[in-house]
Amino acid sequence: MTARNEPLSVPIIASVGAVVIVLLPYWKQILLAFAVAVAIVLAFTLKNFYLFQLTLALIYALAILGLNLLTGYNGQFSLGHSAFFAIGAYTAAILMEQGNVPYYWTLPVAGFVCLVSGYLFGLPALRLEGIYLALATFALALAMPQLLKFTPLEHWTGGVQGIVLLKPEAPFGLNISSDQWLWLFTVGVSVVMYVCAYQLIKSRTGRAMMAIRDNPIAAKSMGIDLSLYKSLTFGVSALYTGVAGALAAIVIAFVAPDSFTLVLAIGLFVGMVVGGAASIVGTLIGGLFVLYVPNVAEYFTKGLSGAMYGLILIGTIYLMPSGAAGLFRLTLHRLITRLASR
Amino acid sequence: MELFVNQVLAGLATGAIYACMALAVVMIYQAIDSLNFAQGEMAMFSTFIAWQLLQWGMPYWAAFFFTVGISFVAGVLIERVVFKPVQKADILSHIVIFIALFAIINSGAGYIWDFNIKPFPSPFGTRELFGQRLISSHDAGMIGISILMLILLYLFFAYTRVGLAMRAAAANPESARLAGIRVGWMLALGWGMAAAIGAVAGMLIAPRVFLEPNMMLSILLYGFAGAVVGGLTSPLGAVIGGVSVGVVENLAGTFIPYVGRELKLTIALALIVAVLTVKPTGLFGRTVETRV
Repeated sequence: MTARNEPLSVPIIASVGAVVIVLLPYWKQILLAFAVAVAIVLAFTLKNFYLFQLTLALIYALAILGLNLLTGYNGQFSLGHSAFFAIGAYTAAILMEQGNVPYYWTLPVAGFVCLVSGYLFGLPALRLEGIYLALATFALALAMPQLLKFTPLEHWTGGVQGIVLLKPEAPFGLNISSDQWLWLFTVGVSVVMYVCAYQLIKSRTGRAMMAIRDNPIAAKSMGIDLSLYKSLTFGVSALYTGVAGALAAIVIAFVAPDSFTLVLAIGLFVGMVVGGAASIVGTLIGGLFVLYVPNVAEYFTKGLSGAMYGLILIGTIYLMPSGAAGLFRLTLHRLITRLASR
Repeated sequence: MELFVNQVLAGLATGAIYACMALAVVMIYQAIDSLNFAQGEMAMFSTFIAWQLLQWGMPYWAAFFFTVGISFVAGVLIERVVFKPVQKADILSHIVIFIALFAIINSGAGYIWDFNIKPFPSPFGTRELFGQRLISSHDAGMIGISILMLILLYLFFAYTRVGLAMRAAAANPESARLAGIRVGWMLALGWGMAAAIGAVAGMLIAPRVFLEPNMMLSILLYGFAGAVVGGLTSPLGAVIGGVSVGVVENLAGTFIPYVGRELKLTIALALIVAVLTVKPTGLFGRTVETRV
C-alpha cells in the first residue's frame, strides 16, 4: 500500500494552509514562518528517535488543543477525550487496513467521524454541568477500551491485539527517512489546524463560545443558542482530538485498545491545565509535558515514578496556577509595566 | 427464578461495597463541594496501615479504630498542606492536584508494601449467615456497618452544631464566614471525616477483593456511579445508588448474553449517563436553584 505513494497530501495541505494563513495578522505570520523554519531545521538535525518523540508531542498538543477548545474556551469539562482520540485512530487504522485508503485521506474521514460522534455525545451532555459532565465523560473514557475489545467488532478492530499498520515512506522519491517525513507531515497538518483554531476563537463564533463559558445566562439573553453552540463545540473539539488520534495511528503504525485508557484521558487533561486553559500556544507545552514528564519521573526514581510524577504535577500547579500560558502572560505584563514606568 | 434471586443477592453484596465508597464520596462532596479522585487511594492506604498494625499483632478492633483515627488526622493534614495554598485556584487545578495525589499515594503504597495481593481478615467471619447459602456473614456485616455509618452521619449533620457549620461552609462559604464559621477548618474537618469513612470502607471491602495498591480503582468508579445515580447531595441516595449499581451490574452480566459479560462496566456507566440525562441531580439529589 505504501509502495506507490501519491503525494497528493502536500498540495492539499499547502493550499488550505495558504488560505488560512493569509488571513492572519502580519506579526503572527512572521512568528509562524519562524516556527516552521525551526521545525524544518529540527527535521535534519535531530536523530530519528527524538524526531519520533517530538512528532508524538505535537500530536498530543493537537489533541490537547481540541480539549482546550471545549474546556478552556467553552467551559465544558471532559475527562474522556481519549475516547475521541481512539475513535480517530481506529477510523484511520481500519480505513488503511481494510479499505487500502492512502494515509492522508484518513485524516478528514477521522475528523468527520469524530465531529459527528462528538456532536452526538454533546447532546446529552447539554443537561450536565461541571463535575457531572466530568464524570459522564470519565465514563466514556473507561468504556472505550472495552468497546474496542468487544467480540462482535473484532473483525474490524482486531480485538485485544489491535491493528498493525505499515509506516508510510516519504513521497516524491525524497531522500529522507519516514520519521523525518512524518514529522514534516504532522507539522504541516498542525499548522493548518492551529491557524484554523486561532481564526475560530477570534471569530464571532469564538466570542459566543467564550460568552457561554463566562456567563451562560447573559449569553442566552443576548441571543446565543446555547445548546447549538455547546454541542457543536463538543463536535469540533472531538474533531481536533480525532485528527490527532488518526495522526498517532499513522505515526506509531499500531493501534490497540490499551493505548486509549484512562491514562491517556488524564494525560490530555493534565497537559491542558499545565499548558494553560484557554491558550492556543500553551497546548504545545502541554504536549511536551504529557510526553516527557513521565519519562523524567521514571529516570530519577525507578520504584517511585508515580510519586515523582505527582510531586512534579503539584509543584507545577503551585508555580503556575494558570498554566504555562498564564505565567508567560504575567511575566510579559510585569515586564511591560516595569519598562513603561521607567 | 432461583438464579434471579441468587444474582440479586450477589448484586446486593457487591452493591454494599459500592455503597460504602459512594457514601465516602458524597461525604467529601458535601464538605468540599468537589469530587475527590484520590479518595479510593486514600482508603487503600488506610487499609494498608490497618494491615500493618494487624501484622504487628494488634487486635482487630483496636487496629480498626486506630486506623480510623490516623486516617482522620491524615485527611486534615492533606487539606492543610496540599490544598490550602491553592485554595483560590480554579477547579481545573484542583482536579489536577487530585490526580497528582492519586499518583503519589498509589506509587507510595506500592513502594512500601509492594504490589503482591494480601489477604485481609474480616471481623464477622466469611461463613454463610445462619447456615443459608444466600449471603455471607461478612456481607451482612458490611451492609450493617454501612447503615450504621449512614445513621451516625445523618445525626451528625442534622443535630450537631459542627455538622450544621460544615454544611453552611460548603453551601455558601462567604455567608458562613460572615456568620463566624471558620470555613478553612470546616474544609479540613470534612477532609478528615471523608478519609475516616474511606478507611472504614477500605477495611470492609479488603476481605472481599484482597489488598493491593490498585484494589480501589474500579470500586471508586462504581462508587462514583452510585453516588451520582443517587444524587451527590444525598447520603441516603448514595447508599441506594451504590446498591442498585451493584445489582444492575450483576443482573446485566447474567441475563444479557454477550453484551452483559464483556461490557459490564460500560453498562454500569451507561446507567449513569442515562440517569443524569433524565435527572441531572441524581435520583435523590436536591435541585439547586440559581438566582439570576
